Amino acid sequence: MTDAPTLYGLCAAALIGLGVYGFIVNPQPLRKLLAFNVVGSGVFVLFGAIAHRGGALGWGGDPVPQALLITGIVVAFAATALAVALLLRLADEADSVTLADAAPAKPDVTARDR
Amino acid sequence: MIAAVNAGIALLLLGLAIWTIAARDTFAAIVGFVAYGLLLALAWVALRGVDVALTEAAIGGGLTGVLLIRAAAKLRATEAASNAERPALPTRLAAAIMAGGVTAALALVVLRTAGPAPTLAPEVAANIGATGVANPITAVLLAFRAMDTLLEAIVLLFALIGVWSLAPDHLWGGRPGARYRADPDGILAYLARLLPPLGIIVGFYIFWIGADLPGGKFQGATILAAMWLLAMMAGLADAPPVSRRWLRAALVAGPAAFIAVGAAGVGIAGAFLGYPEGLAKALIIVIEVALLPSLVLTLGLIMAGAPERTAA
Repeated sequence: MTDAPTLYGLCAAALIGLGVYGFIVNPQPLRKLLAFNVVGSGVFVLFGAIAHRGGALGWGGDPVPQALLITGIVVAFAATALAVALLLRLADEADSVTLADAAPAKPDVTARDR
Repeated sequence: MIAAVNAGIALLLLGLAIWTIAARDTFAAIVGFVAYGLLLALAWVALRGVDVALTEAAIGGGLTGVLLIRAAAKLRATEAASNAERPALPTRLAAAIMAGGVTAALALVVLRTAGPAPTLAPEVAANIGATGVANPITAVLLAFRAMDTLLEAIVLLFALIGVWSLAPDHLWGGRPGARYRADPDGILAYLARLLPPLGIIVGFYIFWIGADLPGGKFQGATILAAMWLLAMMAGLADAPPVSRRWLRAALVAGPAAFIAVGAAGVGIAGAFLGYPEGLAKALIIVIEVALLPSLVLTLGLIMAGAPERTAA
């Protein structure tokens, strides 16, 4: 039986791979965003698992990487929120959210803006 | 026993991640992602990172989940057209091989790194007494690496400005999001009356206890913002127009107080964000208390989205 940091480290490696696959394969932008968040959480767990082997000193975990992780999670949320807002605006303007090269011509924006 | 629980959590995480990636229906995928976020919080507890677990559950699972679910509901009409663009089998195969390579390389790194990782924990332990707080993570966030936390608060503010700036011209300065209407006798309105008093106590508790035990302003602010969102979704409260001067002042007040304390440190302690001897705890509390309302407003308004209605 492996110890917890190794187990979660391997799990994180698999999560990152899954997220990368979903990010490439899934055509919907919202699903890409979801896959990107899976990659991000996998990176966080990998970082946490490797850092866990650091000094314990009765605290259990190393506080410096954990503080960085908290900052990382909040910043990831901020980036996701901005991406969602961009996506919703794109859907509003173009009535489709395709990322394909031959995107349909955008309707006249100024006319719609009244 | 613990090993079996950890193995179970890891397997469930993988299963939910596969579901999140592979589910046909976007809504179902996002529900899977929320469950994934909560399970991830358990994994953080197993890795002895309770502060990270709280943040992951509140922000990574909760707020991100609500954000994505609402976006999925709005984008439902575009889903079928997007799905038709699924790449052909060779592309999917190439992607799978590449993703497998990434996983294999990372797994190798995990298995091959031996010995304890480099750590700053002894330095934290040696100097935590000077900060007056007992939670080492709060000490790192607000004393040793306070610059990170300052910039983090500013990143959130920038994200909000980015979201707002996506409003169409004629709605600039208006109220964010749609006006929610819920049945005033329905379960949502009932919960929106019942939960906020409890949630506000829990939020302030987690905020205040952060000095000594796992918790802190980001986790507390998320819970408070969630209560505000609940009231908004039940139609009991409305988001203020983004052009309001008091709102903008309140949003900037927290980071501004943080910068002011930091700048004062240049004169008193000889470094930006340096705290003078004996005053560290007091200054940390000043920063935390100033940041909390700004963070609640910023998180709530990021969730509410770009202005969609005129200010009237």
